This record gives sequence, structure tokens and C-alpha cells, in this order.
Amino acid sequence: MAAPVLRWLCPGRCWAFARIGGCSCHGRGVPTASTSSGKRGQSSVARQSLITAQEPRKGDREWAAVVGLEIHAQISSNSKLFSGSQVHFAAPPNSLVSFFDASLPGTLPVLNRRCVEAAVMTGLALDCRINKKSLFDRKHYFYADLPAGYQITQQRLPIAVDGSLAYSVCVGKKLGQAVTRTVRVRQIQLEQDSGKSLHDDLRSQTLVDLNRAGVGLLEVVLEPDMSCGEEAAAAVRELQLILQALGTSRAIMAEGQLRVDANISVHHPGEPLGVRTEVKNLNSARFLARAIDYEIQRQISELENGGEILNETRSFDYKLGCTVPMRDKEGKQDYRFMPEPNLPPLLLYDSASLPAGADPQQVINIDRIREQLPELPSVTREKLVRRYGMLPEHSFALLNEVGLLEFFQNVMKETRAEPKKVASWVLNTFLGFLKQQNLAVSESPVTPSALAELLNLVERKAISSSAAKQVMDLKKGNPRAINKLIGLVRKATLGRADPTAIKEVLERQLSG
Amino acid sequence: MLGRTLREVSAALKQGQITPTELCQKCLSLIKKTKFLNAYITVSEEVALKQAEESEKRYKKGRSLGDLDGIPIAVKDNFSTSGIETTCASNMLKGYVPPYNATVVQKLLDQGALLMGKTNLDEFAMGSGSTDGIFGPVKNPWSFSEQYRKKRKQKSHGEKEDSDWLITGGSSGGSAAAVSAFTCFTALGSDTGGSTRNPAAHCGVVGLKPSYGLVSRHGLIPLVNSMDVPGILTRCVDDAAIVLGILAGHDPKDSTTVQDPVKPFVLPSLTDVSKLCVGIPKEYLAPELSSEVRSLWSKAANLFESEGAKVIEVSLPHTSFSIVCYHVLCTSEVASNMARFDGLEYGHRCDVGVSTEAMYAATRREGFNDVLL
Repeated sequence: MAAPVLRWLCPGRCWAFARIGGCSCHGRGVPTASTSSGKRGQSSVARQSLITAQEPRKGDREWAAVVGLEIHAQISSNSKLFSGSQVHFAAPPNSLVSFFDASLPGTLPVLNRRCVEAAVMTGLALDCRINKKSLFDRKHYFYADLPAGYQITQQRLPIAVDGSLAYSVCVGKKLGQAVTRTVRVRQIQLEQDSGKSLHDDLRSQTLVDLNRAGVGLLEVVLEPDMSCGEEAAAAVRELQLILQALGTSRAIMAEGQLRVDANISVHHPGEPLGVRTEVKNLNSARFLARAIDYEIQRQISELENGGEILNETRSFDYKLGCTVPMRDKEGKQDYRFMPEPNLPPLLLYDSASLPAGADPQQVINIDRIREQLPELPSVTREKLVRRYGMLPEHSFALLNEVGLLEFFQNVMKETRAEPKKVASWVLNTFLGFLKQQNLAVSESPVTPSALAELLNLVERKAISSSAAKQVMDLKKGNPRAINKLIGLVRKATLGRADPTAIKEVLERQLSG
Repeated sequence: MLGRTLREVSAALKQGQITPTELCQKCLSLIKKTKFLNAYITVSEEVALKQAEESEKRYKKGRSLGDLDGIPIAVKDNFSTSGIETTCASNMLKGYVPPYNATVVQKLLDQGALLMGKTNLDEFAMGSGSTDGIFGPVKNPWSFSEQYRKKRKQKSHGEKEDSDWLITGGSSGGSAAAVSAFTCFTALGSDTGGSTRNPAAHCGVVGLKPSYGLVSRHGLIPLVNSMDVPGILTRCVDDAAIVLGILAGHDPKDSTTVQDPVKPFVLPSLTDVSKLCVGIPKEYLAPELSSEVRSLWSKAANLFESEGAKVIEVSLPHTSFSIVCYHVLCTSEVASNMARFDGLEYGHRCDVGVSTEAMYAATRREGFNDVLL
């Protein structure tokens, strides 16, 4: 098969288009039909307005892709959703398992308050309607890491519905051309995580670790409003930042705290939506976009070669870089949903409906939670732009690295240098230096004060900015090179800088 | 002594007429003598004697825990008992020793009761005869009454006496038989669709099904979560009230228990029924009702009326739908609750090691009886 050319409408700047030049994202409408579970060939038509730069070749039709996401975020809480066992990453196998988690007969679920609060917070942050009454259900299937033979989830009436998530994608080839997209949030539901299975093919056995069984999850369902891997990745990234800002989930993909399943289909614009496949367990930020784009490409190629798409579940093989059908999930599964009889309906209140004399420990007030919501990333970015006149893409970049925003703000406290300059320094020189050394912001040998001082010197024109950059570069170098450096700085400042002052600064920088 | 009511025996213990150990030993020996009833699956002799010892110490110091201190009790084998095998009369849980006590069991033990053993039942409490467990059926003590023996001798000759016995009803047949045969003063059963009341009627004892949500189900191996209730079997109503008073109340481990605090109550001694209004549901007068039951029912109604109570007809219009609803709910919840029995974490596991699915299938086929399958 010749390398397939991507001929679908995607605003991503990273893809080369064969015929459709530039960005065709403007004015693209939101598909009206949602690719709900398992139906072959949707009946409703996706509305999309097309802008094509060129005449389409005869027999060569465009494709549009539709991507929906189901995102599972592990709730950051001390104990599990329905039992008192603790939640820790990488604990010894089967050391955090209560009788209920092991499904010992006679044990019953008891709802964790913190998990409910986390769900309400997340729902509010995503502009959802919080259901004052929500219900729990059992979803049945047999698997070794599901001890009870069913998962407790919220299928009929979840805790939050009808929200939206705004995210930013770069369009066009130039940096800085970003647009905001929104994806509708269909619902947020509380559910149990399963245990972990480790398949030991050598000994033909599966080892089961139930530490994760019963940990609380927030499932966030995003409508198929996205059209390519990049949009999906951007939406996931923004959700991750929101969850981290709220503190409801640490959302670290590498630790399995954020897992994504994608529902993908392709169709010709103006025609009904195609058959969708589900690509499960995309657990890496790096491969998320790639996996989705691969699947889109695969579906297009398949259909163009006269084949058909099966409504199946696939997984992404990281080594091969392609999606493969999942052996266990062939055919439609009947989960035999049933109301969970051991849990009464979950009732939430607001200030108006709160019963008089209610024990605050026993009730949850949505209004109180709303009042205490932490600042969301979008608001933080907006404030940065307003306060510092910062470029929007800089505000994004500052929030994109753990601790970087705080670092920037601390530098700002101690310098009179222009915010735009500081931002530029922090994002380019400082961050570049960290990346080179493979360090996190918290591990940085350069303190905000040190950087501030350096910038002040540049400001006072005591040293030039290029010299300052070299200071940064030589942080990792030989202290004896300091003399060489002094010479360089003197040269750069055309002999104006006082050598003692230079040495002082350099020594502080290099030791600090 | 063993035929007395709970209150009477409790008083006797307090007065020193008998010691807990003596009481315990009497019950244990009667259990051995009535082994042919097959009421007990496990007799926890050592545990009971140890508990009796502790109780005796308390009585000596004059610090008894209450009405149930030193009283022999029995528990249906679908309640989790820590350290004591809990089988639910099924191969699936044969050899399963729970690591925790059911809340109701704990409450009774906290009151100083002596656990005589775990009683027989229909497998997983699915049945109404106590005939379908792997340990065999429970025989109704009344099968061996003089009355019944005389009647049977007249009717059949040369028939093996062994096979001539009556069922206890179920599924809490073992508990009902244990109480009826005087081997304990009260027993815990469970009631989903009559599993405590049915055997109580068959064995001539009192069977109380508390309202759903009044008594904790934590530790009761469930059949139908939305209908199961721990049941109380005693030889008189007053005793049932005492036990209910101990067991009722909110349990944080069971989210379906009522939150409101349970007010302690004492049964009034009802000598004057003139202020009582008794309702007779007209829909219960079903054509299938046997004439013997019908006449007893009328007799009871007449008794109340003649003593001055108001007896009126009431209507429960959804009665005819109840059995259909029950079947739908029962089958779905049972299937769901049985899903956890896969042989992986506890209980029986077959020898098949080919694949997980094959192991599940074989384990469940071997573990469950035909009713469940």
C-alpha cells in the first residue's frame, strides 16, 4: 500500500494536505448526529460547510472524520469509591484490598463523599447540569480483574450532564494562529475502576492485582465533535489541566490515572456518519493523536479499497504504531445493566433545597462547592494575557509545565523587566535548559531569584542578553571556565561591565 | 429448662439456677441427639463452650450484658461468621471461612449470646423446603411427634420409618428446626419471599420478617439485595421482640438501612384488644387456599372480633402482580449476585486450567446445584 495521503478535513497544522490547502476549520459546523453505541450507518447527516482551496479531482472525494472520547480519570481521594481501602500508586500487589474489593460474599458498598464532591466540582468546571438525583447501576461482564462479576457505574442517570469543554488548537502553519474549539460533554459519571491483569504467557497464567479494584473513576464522555487526533489530544490535555487545577484527579497518564477510549468513524461530507470503531486504552499523551489519526487513515484506506468497517473494539500497538482488533471484545456484549440495589439514589442539594437542620456531614451542597471552586486554567490564562499583555500562546505554554507558572510569577515579583521579556526568557531559555538537562521545574538549579537577578542585570544593561544566555548555558560547565566567561562578558559589553561585578554574578549563578 | 422462653431462661441465669456452661452443654447434647433432623451444618462446640465460660464470669461478677447473655443461639449458614465455615449449603462455598462477622451476628455476640452452630438451608437460600442444599434436607421435628407417628402408622404399613418425615419449609428450615427442637432459644434466618415465615409456620414457631431497612444486611450473603432481610425465629412473640430490639438500627456498613434512630420498645401485654383494628386483605382469599388454612384464618379473625377488636376487610389491589414482579426481580438479582462466584478469590475452584473462561464455567457448573444453574 502506498503511503496514504491524508485527505480529510482537519484544522491541524501538522498535517500536509494533498489537495485541501490551509485550514478548512472555519465555519465548520458541529455534526448533529452522535455516533451512539454500535449502530451501523447513522441515519442523520452531519452538517459541515466546506471550504476547499482547489477543485476536487474526479473520482477523488473528501473524507471527514468524527472522533468522540470516553475519558476515565482516577479520582484523587484517600480511599476507594465504595470501600475504605487506601488509594496508592505502585503499592505491593494485593496490599490495598478490602473485603468488599475482593467481593467477599455479604459485603456491601458504602459511597465515598469525597468522590461525589470531586464529581460535582468537575461537572461545575465543565459547565454541566448537576443532577440532584443520580442513580447507580451494575454493569456485568466476566473478567479476572472484576471480582464481583460486575462494575458499579451510573448508566441510567449520571451525576452531571450537558456540559462543554473549550480547548485550543493551532491552525495554519504559523505558530500563534490558535483557535478555540468546544466539544460538548455528554455526561460525567462515577464508577469503579477494575483490578489489573498481568498476562504471563510464558507460564500460561494471568496474575491479578486488585489494588486498583474499586478506585473511584470519573468517566467524562465527550460527544463526537472532534475531527482528528490533534483536536482530541488538545481536548484531553485541557481536561487534564482542569482536573489538576481542581485537584479532583492527578490525571497523570503514565500512572494510569487518565485513560482515553476513542470512538472513530469516517464519512463523506454530506452523507450519513460511518460505522464507528472504538480504540481502547490510549494511555499515553504522546500516542493519543497518532493512534486516532492512524485509525482514521486505516478506515479511509479500507473504504477506498472497497472494504467495510466493522463495529469493533481495537487497541493501539505502540511498537507497531497501528491499531489492532482486540481479541476478547469481538461481537456485541450484553452488559445486562441493572439498578444497584445496595445503594439508594444519590441526592444532592443546593442552598435553596437544603433541608433545615441537615447534618453538614451527611449532605452535599452544590452551591457551596461552586463557591469554592479553584481557578480554572482558562481563567488563569486570560488573567495572564490581561495583566501582562502576554501572547495567548505564551499563557498556554506557561500552564503546560508543572510549576512553570509559579516560577514565572516568582521571577516577576523580583524584577522590573518587561513581562513579555520575562515570559520569553522563562519559556525559551529557562525551559529549554531544563529540557536539555531532563529536569522538572521543581528540580531546577536556577531559582526564580537568580533568574530575576540575571534579568535585572540585563535590564540595567550591565550585561547583554546574549551573555546572560551563555551564563545559563554554562550552568552545567566547568567552574574554571569562569575566567573565560568573564573575558567573554567583558568583550560582549565592550569593556563596560565591571569584572568584579561580572564574576560575582557568574559565581552566584553557577553555584546557585 | 430448654423449653422455656428467652426471658425465663435469662432470669434463671441471673438468679444462678443454671450456669451458661450447663445450659450450653445441655443444648450441645440435645443437638447430638437430634442429629437426624439435619438442622445443623456446623456445630461450633468449642466456640460455644468458650463463650459460655466468658458469660459465666460475667454472671459471677453480676455484670451480665443483657437479656441474651449466655443464651444459646443458632445462625443460618448464609450469614458470615468469622473463623467459622460458612457454606450456604453449596459446593461453591464449601470450606469457605469468612474473615468477618455479619453485623447481626456481631450484635448478638456482643450481647453475650452463645453460638451453637450454623444451620442448614436450601442452597444459597433459594427454595422453600430446605431440601435443596448439598448437605441434604432438614427434617421437621414434628415428623417425630407422637401425634404424627400415630397417624402415619395407621395409614401405611411396612414403610421404612426413615423415609417418613415432613419438610420444615424453607429456606431457613435448619434454623426453624433448631428452635422447634429446643436446641437453642432463638435462631437467625433470612427472609426474601417468606424464607423465615414459611419454615416458622411449618415448624410451629414464631418467624418474624422485619421491615426492609430496619436490620442490617451486612454479612448476609445475598439472594435478592432489594428484598432480603435477616429473619428472627423464636418460640414466642415476646422473645422475637427482644431479639429485634437488639438487631434493629442503622448500620453505616449497609447503605439501605434506615437512618433514623430506632427507639427502644417493649411489647405491651395485650389484654384489651378493643382499641385494635385488624385488616383482612380480601385479595388473599385466593381460590387455591386450602380449606384447612382458610378455617384457621377465620378462627383467628373471629377470636379477635369476639374479644372486642374491630375486624374489617381491606384491599391490597396489586397482590395478583406480586408474584410476577418477584420472579422478575428475583431472577435478575440472583444472577447478578452469583456472578462473583468464579473460584478466583475464595470458595471452590475446579481443576481446569486451560483458560479463564473454561475455569469459570467448570467452577460454576461444579459449584452450583440445578436450581441455581
